[in-house]
Amino acid sequence: MPGEPSAGNAIQAEGLRKAFGKTQALDGVDLAVPRGIVYGLLGPNGAGKSTVVRILSTLLRPDSGSATVDGIDVLRDPGAVRRHIGLAGQYAAVDEYLTGRENLVMFGRLSGLRKSVARERADELLERFDLVDAADRPSKGYSGGMRRRLDLAASLASRPPILFLDEPTTGLDPRSRLGMWGIINELVGDGTTVLLTTQYLEEADRLAARIAVIDHGRVIAEGTPAQLKARVGGEALEVAVVDAADLEAARAIVAGVASDEVFVEPERRRVRAAVADGPSALGRVSAEIGAAGIATEDLGLHRPTLDEVFLALTGRPAAEEAE
Amino acid sequence: MNPARALRDSGIILWRQLVQLPRIPEVLVFALIQPVMFVLLFRYVFGGAIATPGESYVNYLMPGIFAQTVAFGAVASGIGLAEDLRRGIIDRFRSLPMARSAVLVGRTVSDLVRNFAVVAVMYVVGLLVGFRPEGSIAAQVLAFLLLLLTSFAFSWIGVVIALSMKTVEAVQSAGFIWLFPLTFASSAFVPTDTMPTWLQVFADNQPFTIVVNAVRALFLDQPVGNYVWLTLAWMIGITAVMIPLATRQYRRRSA
Ligand SMILES: Nc1ncnc2c1ncn2[C@@H]1O[C@H](COP(=O)(O)OP(=O)(O)O)[C@@H](O)[C@H]1O
Ligand SMILES: [Mg+2]
Repeated sequence: MPGEPSAGNAIQAEGLRKAFGKTQALDGVDLAVPRGIVYGLLGPNGAGKSTVVRILSTLLRPDSGSATVDGIDVLRDPGAVRRHIGLAGQYAAVDEYLTGRENLVMFGRLSGLRKSVARERADELLERFDLVDAADRPSKGYSGGMRRRLDLAASLASRPPILFLDEPTTGLDPRSRLGMWGIINELVGDGTTVLLTTQYLEEADRLAARIAVIDHGRVIAEGTPAQLKARVGGEALEVAVVDAADLEAARAIVAGVASDEVFVEPERRRVRAAVADGPSALGRVSAEIGAAGIATEDLGLHRPTLDEVFLALTGRPAAEEAE
Repeated sequence: MNPARALRDSGIILWRQLVQLPRIPEVLVFALIQPVMFVLLFRYVFGGAIATPGESYVNYLMPGIFAQTVAFGAVASGIGLAEDLRRGIIDRFRSLPMARSAVLVGRTVSDLVRNFAVVAVMYVVGLLVGFRPEGSIAAQVLAFLLLLLTSFAFSWIGVVIALSMKTVEAVQSAGFIWLFPLTFASSAFVPTDTMPTWLQVFADNQPFTIVVNAVRALFLDQPVGNYVWLTLAWMIGITAVMIPLATRQYRRRSA
């Protein structure tokens, strides 16, 4: 169904701006998403992630700026863009009165598949997304995780080369979230390009080959997860000792793995430092501390949270705004 | 978008709506409860006090009930679409390479099917409470067709209202408000000649009265005058204005 893939980036956006009344939802967003990867759009609630997705998936026109998806101009030829994309997540839904199978056949046919092809494709997707047992029940009765899987399956009916997933795991329990991560990884294995929005640093880190951090309608940082974490100081290793007399010895051990300055907080009997490779640093420090016979209260890795990323990038905490 | 694709996609949406219908029995039940209540109310409570020279009141009433039933169907069309917008399924449709008109056409045609079923049931209800249509079969079939055309036109009004409002609740209120003056300041329940002159001028000339007068004459074998032509003109006119309006709003609508 999709035409021949064009060269260049899967998604390219320049200077996207969009205001809703007085709210400047997007304030000049540029994006360049290479083909065949998961590209993470990371930002707090209200940052403008869904607005970007809505513009790129032809649901919304920007006030200014331009974008191409699979080489096709989103504003000039939205109809052609729709033949190359799938959309799932926050702003796309399935019909709750139809069964899982009926939904997949309907969306397949509306994507242009012939009836017999749409039926075959539905069977295939039900199988792949572990929905065979529930296939002939109305989706109203599905669990949250099942509904998300059906939602994602519906967006894949016509095998779109580019997929928009808007917060696909928000509201899911940890197990369903893990399942969803597995599915997304598989999709990229098939050559699909995925633009994934998320509020979770961990999710972006686990899935995305590149990440754009978005805040107040602007991209404030872009790069691989490693580059990004390097900018915010990456992982930190923390040791709390029982006896203040051991503080200096602990400092020396941590200094051996630190990628940067070592901080000591005498009143909390803590030593803290950024490390490049968390797990191996943790192993080394824990072995050396054990060998030195130092009693610890706490020893662990501290991964930067989204808040810390924002603090580091913007000097203020992530804005919590109601949607 | 070529017409064959538009027809095919509308057919798929129509299929969706019709599959849904028996799975949401509340919709059909509510669609029936309201006109049945009106029949009972007017037939047995108010009817005795309303003079309809030359015709039993129940015969006078039932064509008005049929017309009101299809007009109120517009509310269901609007609420159904507003629910789809709220749930996000319209966004998915809008992200697909399908005909832009299909979602609205599929819905309004399915509303036509639902309204046909409801009016057919109401016809039987009418017979049970003493309605005795005297029109020929052909005249009564024509009356049904006019009702269906009216249903279609009013559904499009409901769709335009749904696309202009932000919430389902707003669609619900806005969907009803205009229907009350239209259906009550009309010849549906009482002859207009007892109304004050200013109201009578409105009541006699507004499209709902024209529909009621046309179908009443056809069901009761009375002289129909120009009412059939006027009904056709009004309903085709309303549809012709509402379809492009609705399609334009649908394109621009962001949930
Ligand atoms: N349809 C809309 N009408 C008014 N304001 C909106 C609309 N859509 C989004 N906004 C506002 O634009 C900003 C960005 O929203 P959104 O893109 O949904 O953020 P995110 O998906 O990152 O949470 C928010 O302040 C939000 O309130
Ligand atoms: Mg969002």
